[in-house]
Amino acid sequence: MAANPMYQFNVYRIGPEIKINNIDISFTNASLFMVISSLAILIIFNLGTKRSIIPNKIQLLAELSYSFISKMISDTAGSKAKPYFSFIFSLFMFVLFCNMFGMIPYSFTVTSHIIVTFVLAAFIFIGVTIIGFIKHGLGYLKLFVPSGVPMVLLPLIVVIEIISYLSRPISLSVRLFANMMAGHTMMKVFGGFVVSLGIVGGWLPLGFSVALTGLEILVAFLQAYVFAILTCIYLNDALNLHH
Amino acid sequence: MLKKIIFQFLALSLIFTYSAQSAESGGMPQLNPEFWISQIFWLVLTFGLLFIILSKFILPKISNNLETRKSQILENIETADKQREETEKKVKEFDKIINDTKVEAKNYFNSERQKVLDDINNKRLSLEKDIEKEIIKAEEEIDQLKKTSQEKVTKIAIETSSDLVKQLIGEDINKSSLSAIVEDLSKKEMEKHNGI
Repeated sequence: MAANPMYQFNVYRIGPEIKINNIDISFTNASLFMVISSLAILIIFNLGTKRSIIPNKIQLLAELSYSFISKMISDTAGSKAKPYFSFIFSLFMFVLFCNMFGMIPYSFTVTSHIIVTFVLAAFIFIGVTIIGFIKHGLGYLKLFVPSGVPMVLLPLIVVIEIISYLSRPISLSVRLFANMMAGHTMMKVFGGFVVSLGIVGGWLPLGFSVALTGLEILVAFLQAYVFAILTCIYLNDALNLHH
Repeated sequence: MLKKIIFQFLALSLIFTYSAQSAESGGMPQLNPEFWISQIFWLVLTFGLLFIILSKFILPKISNNLETRKSQILENIETADKQREETEKKVKEFDKIINDTKVEAKNYFNSERQKVLDDINNKRLSLEKDIEKEIIKAEEEIDQLKKTSQEKVTKIAIETSSDLVKQLIGEDINKSSLSAIVEDLSKKEMEKHNGI
């Protein structure tokens, strides 16, 4: 049973079944890792709030990530995006920590579930759309009409722009989900090869598995970064209507 | 021994592969909607709490820390600049004082030397004057002595010659004629002496 590479994505109940109005909201292993990630973020960053002029290591980590995300936001979405800093910071840290906790063997990767990433992406999509309409009114619809396009091509372009806009939450969520799932499945498959080939032939897949672990840690960071930076780009579209 | 281990591993791996193939093939667990609502609920709960705590309590502290550090560093740089300027001023003052004292010492030394030199000069001048006076006096005396000595010599000569004549002849001779002779002789002697 453990050799099935998809088994690691199974969600199961931990503790009793909780039901409100016949809706199952039981505490599961996914919930456990969400709580662990959030607590880890809170603990690390709370330790990093010491008021000292010369920072210690944890404080340096907290302050470096603060300035890293602050710089990312101001680079991609400009100074108008400052009020959304704490949301993007929480988003980046949540995704990063969920990805990283998923790298621990026998743990659960929260972001490898399409429903989690889709809820995040949909929330961002709806929020960005609402911000766009609040800032620009109906003028936000100009986003679908790029300037400098010949009149003949305009209907086609507008349709394409609308489709691309509407597919944003899907592409955003599927990108993260698929990366996480594929990476973890592949590691599991290579791990299975190590076991099935034994001490004679298992060294090659073991080497692959080690290399893949490094790659997956990189991907875990990269996907969190991509998720956050795409959010910034969408926010930039809503805040500064450039078209 | 080694053969046995290899054989055991191969057997074990066969069992594992078999169990893997026979495992339930339910496809992707992600597409099973059984726990979707639960996951959404817990996601909203944990992420919402995380966002609220981070934005209300932790991030303001971090940004505050960063800002205070920045301002403190700027302040420190400012005070350092100020202190450096002050030290430069102090060094200049110090240099000036040293220069002044050097000049003063030189002036003092020069004036003292001048004083001493003047003093020496004055003393020398006065001494020279004194010496000159003495010399003049002495010269005058010598001149006088010269004059008087000639007269005296002629007088003595006349007297001695008269005495001589008196003792030789035994009678007085007219003094005026004798003096004329003596003068004539002494003149001749003087001329001879002076190489004329």
